[in-house]
Amino acid sequence: MRTEQLVDALVADGAAARPIGSSLVRALAAGIALSLVVFFLTLGIRPDIRPALETWRFDLKIVTALLGLVLAFGICRDCARPDMPPHPLRRLLPLLVLIVAAVAVELALVPEAAWRQRLIGSNSLICLPMVPILSVAPLAAVLWTLRRGAPASPVLAGAAAGLVAALCGATLYAFHCFDDSPLFVATWYSLATLGVTAVGAWAGHKLLRW
Amino acid sequence: MAGTDDLSALMRLARQGDDEAYRRLLGQAAIWLRAVVRRGLASAGRGPAESEDIVQEVLLAVHLKRETWDPSRPIGPWLRAIARYKLADHLRRRGFHDHLDIEEWSNAPELAVEVETPAAIDSRRMLASLPERQRTIVQEISLEGHSAADVATRLGMTEGAVRVALHRALKALAALYRREQP
Repeated sequence: MRTEQLVDALVADGAAARPIGSSLVRALAAGIALSLVVFFLTLGIRPDIRPALETWRFDLKIVTALLGLVLAFGICRDCARPDMPPHPLRRLLPLLVLIVAAVAVELALVPEAAWRQRLIGSNSLICLPMVPILSVAPLAAVLWTLRRGAPASPVLAGAAAGLVAALCGATLYAFHCFDDSPLFVATWYSLATLGVTAVGAWAGHKLLRW
Repeated sequence: MAGTDDLSALMRLARQGDDEAYRRLLGQAAIWLRAVVRRGLASAGRGPAESEDIVQEVLLAVHLKRETWDPSRPIGPWLRAIARYKLADHLRRRGFHDHLDIEEWSNAPELAVEVETPAAIDSRRMLASLPERQRTIVQEISLEGHSAADVATRLGMTEGAVRVALHRALKALAALYRREQP
């Protein structure tokens, strides 16, 4: 086939295109919807949600997870492109600053004797598996959509998908979990998120080369 | 890369359904790519024999991955990034692992090779591995120059079904290029 002839076939296929960013939003919404079903079937919102909403620790936990979700989505969208902007991970800086500041405030407010108990909390053994379980559907949906992308680095794109998905899972789980201390959130939520991110990176290597 | 603004404008028109703009965009991209790919092959110590295969593989990627181009940005860096990825991938399959800095030479304005060399990969053999219906449709459109509507009438299909089959065939061809060994 001559190149000219290939061009004829490409033109016949048409150039209309929906930007990948909006496809990613749709995929993520579908994944979150599925995870919501899983969430209400297995965990549900904590019964004391109304008083919890009035504590700064609970609100900060939700804000942190949502901020992470938004920032991670930006990274994921960037990573879907062949001309990915340099230093995509810099977008996470505000999240890191928020987590460090929250931990510092908690350490200042809580007497040293109580640190250990705050850190371990009561729910870490549920948090560690449930955040990844609630990430499964968003991860699958985002990876599926990223296969239409052209990531400069398939591993990085997969990791970004894992990060977005984990933060969907973390946001949902946060509404169930009784442990609101920044010490708990910074430790167990981060561990669970890193695990899902690593799975995403591996999946990216397998699935996202183009 | 010369005329990058023109190419961005052409791609915007193409997205709005202007087939002629799309044809010009792909044609001009091919001329630029041919030069970039030859330089890339030369700096990896290889002759131009495979260049047209890579040009075609890049054009397929440009087409199939066009939704990753953000119309608010110039198209030049995006095209270069696809060319770099595909060139590196092509060379890696042939055992070449050194870093290739295509930014270094892909901006030169004189880069243009109009004359097409025959594709080295036997594209008939590649077409032959497509399902029969898809193969017929690609051949009718690309080799015989018929429109999708004509092909639909000739094959007794709807035009929509022809387009779906054509799109699947292009994706399958891109996958075949990816697996192609020297």
